[in-house]
Amino acid sequence: MDALTAPFTFEFMQRAFVAALIVGALCSTMGTYVVLRKLSFIGDGIAHASFAGIVIAYLRGFNYAFGAAVVAVITALGIGFVHRRGKISLDTTIGVLFTGAFAVGIFLMSRSQRYSVDLEGFLFGNILGVSRDDLVVVCVLAAIVVLCVAVLYRPLLYTSFDPVVAQASGINAAFVDYVLLVLLALTIIISLQSVGIVLVAALLVTPAAAAAQLTRRFVPMLVLSGVIGTFCSVGGLYLSYYLSSASGATIVILATLIFFAALAFRRRSA
Amino acid sequence: MIAVSVRDLVVRYSARVTALSGVTLTLETGTALGIVGPNGSGKSTLLKSVAGLIVPTSGEVRVFDRVPRALERGAIGYVPQIEDVDWTFPASVRDVVAMGRFPRMRTFSQFRAHDRAAVDDALAALHLGDLRDRHISELSGGQQQRTFVARALAQEPRLLLLDEPTTGVDAETEERLLAIVRGLVKDGLPIMMTTHDLDRAPEWFDRLVVVDHKILADGDPETVLASGSYAAIREHTHTHGHTRTTP
Repeated sequence: MDALTAPFTFEFMQRAFVAALIVGALCSTMGTYVVLRKLSFIGDGIAHASFAGIVIAYLRGFNYAFGAAVVAVITALGIGFVHRRGKISLDTTIGVLFTGAFAVGIFLMSRSQRYSVDLEGFLFGNILGVSRDDLVVVCVLAAIVVLCVAVLYRPLLYTSFDPVVAQASGINAAFVDYVLLVLLALTIIISLQSVGIVLVAALLVTPAAAAAQLTRRFVPMLVLSGVIGTFCSVGGLYLSYYLSSASGATIVILATLIFFAALAFRRRSA
Repeated sequence: MIAVSVRDLVVRYSARVTALSGVTLTLETGTALGIVGPNGSGKSTLLKSVAGLIVPTSGEVRVFDRVPRALERGAIGYVPQIEDVDWTFPASVRDVVAMGRFPRMRTFSQFRAHDRAAVDDALAALHLGDLRDRHISELSGGQQQRTFVARALAQEPRLLLLDEPTTGVDAETEERLLAIVRGLVKDGLPIMMTTHDLDRAPEWFDRLVVVDHKILADGDPETVLASGSYAAIREHTHTHGHTRTTP
């Protein structure tokens, strides 16, 4: 019992657990749409693109998370716009825009003599460094994402399965796509501090991919993905505490192990 | 009552590719309109234009006297070709058919008795009751096609558009679809349907349109079957499979 409660004796660990809980649940729930729409590349893309926002925020002297969020949302909307208007495949569009935005970040950083942001923290995350203010931002953004998903639950589901027929039946599939991209951008920004740019894609994709091995119905997949993501985030944080390992990496490794366990379970059941 | 009015419709995908050129036709309620023509002749483009999925380059498409996108949600039921979706999506037959109710429901409203009845009736009409809990990846091509038609019926549309629903289906499914289409038309529903099955056109349709980027013939099936343009298309379809004419 002490082993379970020991990490909570530290205030920074309490905040880290709350952040892990929210990020794990949110990422993995949104990940269901990412996996079903074959958007696995987008987590990586938007996370990298947000780097430009972080650098701009640093140079201009405002909040990093805000800068990252603005650039992430602009990139997400740009991905949707170029994909639809340019009739270019989504993976190509994401590849072009995210590398472009990432390069802008590197360019601006290289031009600045005084840039000293903890780059490693953004690349690999630092959930233990989550402040009270960070937590408030995470909670507010998470609430917005959850509310939007609840409001758009049916259009999101319909357009994920059959966007053409959904559009013909009167659902504005383009609007739903844009909203989903913005929600994904916000989810990714929320997760950056916990798992970092490099690993956020894994937290978006892996729990949902694991859930897809265990069920063939949408709602159970959504719930199961959320449960797996939450378990991995909180469990990974516990493990990292006792193993003295990087929390983001430990969370993702745990999710990866669960994915392979789910895959093995499905193959055995079949 | 006129359900669909298409006037001087032109759809260009690029400067060099014109899918439809100057298409004009009308469809009245309680009428089944068949659209035949070779592959690449613009049949599906015409259907998608009426569904509001394609914005015309010029000309006008009106459904119940409004542009398609201005209609109330759920007014148009569209049945695409079955290869257009990912059948590994986590959904049962009933889940997919129930999606047909989504455009008719408010944001947070639950499935009410009428919604459940519409889904159950659609499943029963397509003889899918025994398959309702089956995952959609486990269905045959004919069963997948019936699932799509059931979804459109559950939507209770005012106009039904079917894109080659008989392609690749078994004879039993084809007979069921034929009976359903004729029953719906009898109830007053306007239906537009593309098909390659030229021989059975008189059984399916009240009117037949031959399309090859433009309307080559339009009339009752027997008259169109006897027309020279139909024979030319038929000859070309049978000997070459498709044409590549671009006006």
